[in-house]
Amino acid sequence: MPATGEAMNGTVSRRAVLKGLAAAGLAGCGDEASRLSIPYADQPEGITPGVPAWYATAMEFQGYAQPVLAESHMGRPTKLEGNPDSPWARGATDAFTQAACAILYDPQRSLAIRPGDWAGFTRVVMGVPAGGLRILTGTVTSPTLARQLAALTEAGARWHVHEPVGRETMMRASRLAFGRVVDTHLLLESCRVVVVVDDDLLGPGPDQVRRVRGWAEARRHGQPRLMVAEPTLSTTGAVAQDRLAVAGRRLPLLVEAIAAELGLGARRPGLTEAEKDWASAAALALGVNPGRGVLTVGAPLPAESLALAHAVNQAVGNTGRTVVHTEPVAVVPRDGEDSFRALVEDMAAGSVEAVLILDGNPVYTAPADLDFRSALVRVPLKIHAGLFDDETAALCDWHVPLAHALEEWTDLRAPDGTATIVQPLIDPVFGARRRHEILAAVMGESGAEARRIVMDTWRPFLGEPFEPLWRRVLHEGVVPGTEAQVARVTASARRLASPIADADGLELVFRPDPTVWDGRYAPIAWLQELPKPLTKLTWDAVAAIAPMLAARLGIADGDVVEIAAAGRTITAPAWSLPGQAGDTVTLFLGYGRQRVALPGAGGYDAYRLRLADSPWVLGGAGLRRTGAHVELATTQPHRHLHGHEELLSPQPEPAEPPSLYPDWDYPRFAWGMVIDLDLCVGCNACVVACQAENNIPVVGKSEVARGREMHWLRVDVYHDDDGATHFAPIPCMHCEKAPCEMGCPVNATVHGPDGLNQMIYNRCIGTRTCSSYCPYKVRRFNFFDYAAIQPDTHRYLRNPDVTVRANGVMEKCTYCVQRIRRAQIEARAEERPVADGSFTTACAQACPSRAIVFGDLNDPRSRVAALRGDPRHFAMLAHLGTRPRTTYLARIRES
Amino acid sequence: MFCLLAEFATHHQLREAARAAHRDGYSRVDAYSPFPVEGLAEDLGFTEDRVPWLTFLGGVAGAAATLFIQWWANVVDYPINVGGRPLAAWPAFLFPSFEVGTLWAVLAAAIGMLVMNGLPGGGHPLLRFEAFHLATDDKFFLAILADDPRFDEAATRRFLEDLGAEGIWEVPP
Amino acid sequence: MARHPILPPRQDYAMVTAEVADVAHNPVIRRRWWLAMAAAVPLVVAFLASTGLLFWLGTGVWGINIPVNWGLAIINTVWWVGIGHAGTLISSLLLLMGEGWRNSLNRFAEAMTLFAATMAGLFPILHLGRPELFYWNFPIPSTFGVWPQFRSPLAWDFFSFVSYVLVSLAFWYVGMIPDLATLRDRSTGAAKAVYGALALGWRGSAVHWARWRQAYLGIAAAAFHLVISVHSGVAMLFAGGPIPGWHTTIFPPYFVLGAVFSGFAVVIMLAIGLRTAFRLAPLITMRHLDILGRLLLATGLLTLYAYLADAFHAWYSGDSYEIRTLLDRVGGEYAWSAWTAVTLNFGAIQLLWWRRPRRSQAVLFLAGLSVAAGMWFERYMLVVSGLYRDYLPSAWHTYDATLWEWLLFAGTGGVFVVLFLLFARWLPMVSIFEVKEELERRG
Repeated sequence: MPATGEAMNGTVSRRAVLKGLAAAGLAGCGDEASRLSIPYADQPEGITPGVPAWYATAMEFQGYAQPVLAESHMGRPTKLEGNPDSPWARGATDAFTQAACAILYDPQRSLAIRPGDWAGFTRVVMGVPAGGLRILTGTVTSPTLARQLAALTEAGARWHVHEPVGRETMMRASRLAFGRVVDTHLLLESCRVVVVVDDDLLGPGPDQVRRVRGWAEARRHGQPRLMVAEPTLSTTGAVAQDRLAVAGRRLPLLVEAIAAELGLGARRPGLTEAEKDWASAAALALGVNPGRGVLTVGAPLPAESLALAHAVNQAVGNTGRTVVHTEPVAVVPRDGEDSFRALVEDMAAGSVEAVLILDGNPVYTAPADLDFRSALVRVPLKIHAGLFDDETAALCDWHVPLAHALEEWTDLRAPDGTATIVQPLIDPVFGARRRHEILAAVMGESGAEARRIVMDTWRPFLGEPFEPLWRRVLHEGVVPGTEAQVARVTASARRLASPIADADGLELVFRPDPTVWDGRYAPIAWLQELPKPLTKLTWDAVAAIAPMLAARLGIADGDVVEIAAAGRTITAPAWSLPGQAGDTVTLFLGYGRQRVALPGAGGYDAYRLRLADSPWVLGGAGLRRTGAHVELATTQPHRHLHGHEELLSPQPEPAEPPSLYPDWDYPRFAWGMVIDLDLCVGCNACVVACQAENNIPVVGKSEVARGREMHWLRVDVYHDDDGATHFAPIPCMHCEKAPCEMGCPVNATVHGPDGLNQMIYNRCIGTRTCSSYCPYKVRRFNFFDYAAIQPDTHRYLRNPDVTVRANGVMEKCTYCVQRIRRAQIEARAEERPVADGSFTTACAQACPSRAIVFGDLNDPRSRVAALRGDPRHFAMLAHLGTRPRTTYLARIRES
Repeated sequence: MFCLLAEFATHHQLREAARAAHRDGYSRVDAYSPFPVEGLAEDLGFTEDRVPWLTFLGGVAGAAATLFIQWWANVVDYPINVGGRPLAAWPAFLFPSFEVGTLWAVLAAAIGMLVMNGLPGGGHPLLRFEAFHLATDDKFFLAILADDPRFDEAATRRFLEDLGAEGIWEVPP
Repeated sequence: MARHPILPPRQDYAMVTAEVADVAHNPVIRRRWWLAMAAAVPLVVAFLASTGLLFWLGTGVWGINIPVNWGLAIINTVWWVGIGHAGTLISSLLLLMGEGWRNSLNRFAEAMTLFAATMAGLFPILHLGRPELFYWNFPIPSTFGVWPQFRSPLAWDFFSFVSYVLVSLAFWYVGMIPDLATLRDRSTGAAKAVYGALALGWRGSAVHWARWRQAYLGIAAAAFHLVISVHSGVAMLFAGGPIPGWHTTIFPPYFVLGAVFSGFAVVIMLAIGLRTAFRLAPLITMRHLDILGRLLLATGLLTLYAYLADAFHAWYSGDSYEIRTLLDRVGGEYAWSAWTAVTLNFGAIQLLWWRRPRRSQAVLFLAGLSVAAGMWFERYMLVVSGLYRDYLPSAWHTYDATLWEWLLFAGTGGVFVVLFLLFARWLPMVSIFEVKEELERRG
């Protein structure tokens, strides 16, 4: 793999082609684009039609790198895979990263700098005296960005940070415990017990991939115990063995109780029996596993509780073994945790002459009580740079379209500190500007080129000879020796008593949305239609309440309730969520956007109730019914097993009935898949990966509500009678005795020679008999011409190896047959066998926990064949005699 | 002249007339009634059973052809694994074979009957003859064709009068 | 039946001819005909509109989804084809058994069969994702050299529907040739030419009659078997899939019984409608209605037995999914369809145990209407409650038909009525020669 990203800038003819393609096609002149993209009278170097090129780079999530290998077809990025060389990613990704290409081609991205042009913009910013300039960013890990910000600060400007799902509590706790800011890393893979107090370790976030992998490794090699106390069901709570639903205001008492049992401080009175039992069990588990456990406390708790947890981990001997503190990966701004508040106060006081908001939307995301909007309008010169012309851009004097990470030259650090040079796969398609060039313009270097700026950052670090080393780090996607340095810190033994909030009224619990996060992904249709892991809702945010509370107030799912707190009210559709603490209401951030929202997206603006001082928990709230009702679109209306526990576990008697049918031979390959339900955390990375790989269309909220979502792979979520939550990814089972094939009158779904249940789109006439006969209901039907209603720009997103399906045609999971065939063809060309693990399906490749294993059942040494021998192995609905190729390993249930 | 046509009031009279004509050695005789009269054709010497045989053979041929095409298409021409079922799925194949066999039997019966009856056959002399139109309403007719070897206009007319015909006409060709 | 003359006395052949053939010339009847036409034509417009939108946008205009990807279209097809079976049964089985009273009913019953089977045949084509490719079910090699998949019950149904429509057409037409000759001989001008062409030169020759009778009996024998096989094939469309509530061997007889039951209900409604509106009471008598009433009761009781046997099978299987579907059918989301079906199917017909209601046109008509509607609800119950909850609770989803599905259903009703009215206006509604034959048999 050559360092083609580097070579890209030198290939003028190719750049011209790409530019023409991008400019013409994305502006909507589709016919011209297809004319421009086809003829290769003058074929650019380095492109073989049909053979994708791969580039190592990184996507950005909250300032952190998500290292990837990006697949590019004819100059179009289409699919991202985790970079296997990254010690942080190890080849996996999360759901957001899988959606990155869809963001690149999003039709709502802003198209032009306004109100003038780039030259006008540079004139304006060069006129701003550095002393009056404020720069507001999100979390910054980029060394180059940090270097530029440092230079600007030196010149008199001030840099502030605002991150809606921020790390302020962690920083404050770190100062309390250690006297300075350090990062805390959990080595979950070494744990025998993980005690979590309201910290969604395994849920979405910049560090999800590493944590899920660590947890999966721990599960694979032992039976670590996960104990969770939280007010609302999280991904982590869903996979916990021992979960306690407690209101957020009581959680500090639990932490103190654990600490007290382990000899740190005194227990405060007021715990219920269940809380006492849980805390004692947690303390006992931590105590008997010194150095093999973790106590982790989440941001919703006061910093004192987090600091106390640091002390506990140190006292038990976990620090340095399962809990590692390092120098912070993200750059800490001058004002630390109060950085944003300081900016708003200065703006409100009228002492800010100009503000540059670099990639953020504070008008939407700022806590309501700070009144950022009023403060902002007092600033004489307001500049916004972002992917979208959003709420903040609307209030600014200037808006500059910002380059997407796939168009960007920059550098980022993963949560473990490892740096990746971000190189572009495509020229900025919407006339967007790269962030370092914008900052350079502010510094008066308007002609600077982002690539040069990034190279200048790394020249001293990489040393000489620079060029080959530079090419090497670009090629690998990882800069060696950049991982965060371990910090030798000791937690102070200071008594850390947490403030306990008042207990009257309901408690509001704020959470980032699992698919649109803090709202930054709200314009992305893929992520809107991605079912939320625990509710399977799409296109909407709900106010989650406990089923008991819903029953008491007579609130049905979808009933609109008015929620009042701290003098403000919002209305939101209610939803009863099992595992919700009885006197709490969970509000999800990210919806209720005023601009660049998608038609059909519902929800409410939770930021309007959020306070700067307590961004995650707010007591004293009221809730009442409004009498209104909205239709919510969930892909899984029934989330209870209804007593059918056998669906998710092996059956005692010989489950498979005898068959009158002959056994068919699969002489060469017999592709199969085993999914370990014990490792799945329902993170959805597989679902989006499948969507990106297989050109799966988005159908919109009303179609989802009708039951017509198109995802080939779904992750079922079930609650059982014991209150436990189960995830089960359901792709096509590729049954050897497939009922669907029997039903098709025109041979449109038949068996391949390797046992694949094939779907032949151009043969399908749409009788839908196959779906009627499918016991797993994994087939999806084009009830309308869904492919045609995708945004025009998404045609560049499509995987050219996968057919786009027509109206009236059935489709379903193919086991990524295009990958199978490519691997077979390559192996044949190189005259070698197809090695196990040399390729895999998109879902398996993305999975952070490696719960999905795909391979050749005919190869006795393949991983998939070995897993079939596991005692936990079972086939879903085996008694029907369908002989599925997709089988499962049951979840391990501790007694 | 095409024939001598005799009209009778009842099918009983017609049957008697038909029997008499047959007995008398007339071979080019036909009888006409507005509804099927049991035994009338036999009175004129009709003994064939070709239509039932054709129906049966049509059915067998249709079923066999359908069975064959299914077997040939699924086993010989394009064998493909469908749902792990056998290529030659005889129980399944029987169903279309039965249905198509039935269709062919019915078509053989209908088409065979028409062809043997010489239908469609427009321009028949009787159809142009005004008085004959009651043959589809409430009258019964016996026709002795002019090309019958025993046909003699006067004798035959007398013969018909003796049988009690209510009217006798010469039907032009 | 010979003990009770079925036709009133003082009928002669010419009267029979006139009663049937001259219906269209009566001004009162003509006005009624136009009124009926005026009522049906808007439904034909609804049919064209809903079909047009369907072709324009796709099957998404219906309420179907995954898992309930068969909705009203399949329900309607089963309902329509079931109705058709009574006509075939009257024409074929009763002919073979020598039940002469059928001769007043068979012609319009066959027309009903033909039109109902045509409506039934439309739906499986309309419901396709790509309806223009329906002919791929034919065994003609496509460009890929691929053949139809003959193991699919859908392929069976394709063959059986095509066979059934053609056989019904042949049966109807062959049986009508002599009557067309009658019409030819009573009409003049263009009508004479058209009837003449359709009558194929029929002149009532004794030998022709003999061969015709052989063919007619042969067709009847074949058509009778289609009643059994076509609806068994329809049943297999469901029983062929491993879906709880569908996957059972009782389905073919269950479906055939229900089909004949619903068909007799519609025959009763049409018979009463014809004898009232078109003054055919001398030919379609109270005695006919009495017999039809008894048949409706008898087939209804057989259908009830099939219901009970189906429920018993589900319970006796011990399969938890089967039992869950059974309980869901009587107490779940779509229990209304099951209970409506049971009530409408088996409530009104209980009156038919007594002679007086059997001889009341109003009671019989309402009983027929009740059963026709009830059997539609039964199909709704079978299709929807089978699909909306099968195995994995995660895949459960409800189904609600959209306006376009209802319009299409009503539209096929309109097309059926229009076809039937055209038939009543231009073709002999009652078999003229067979009634004469029956008069002759009576002596």
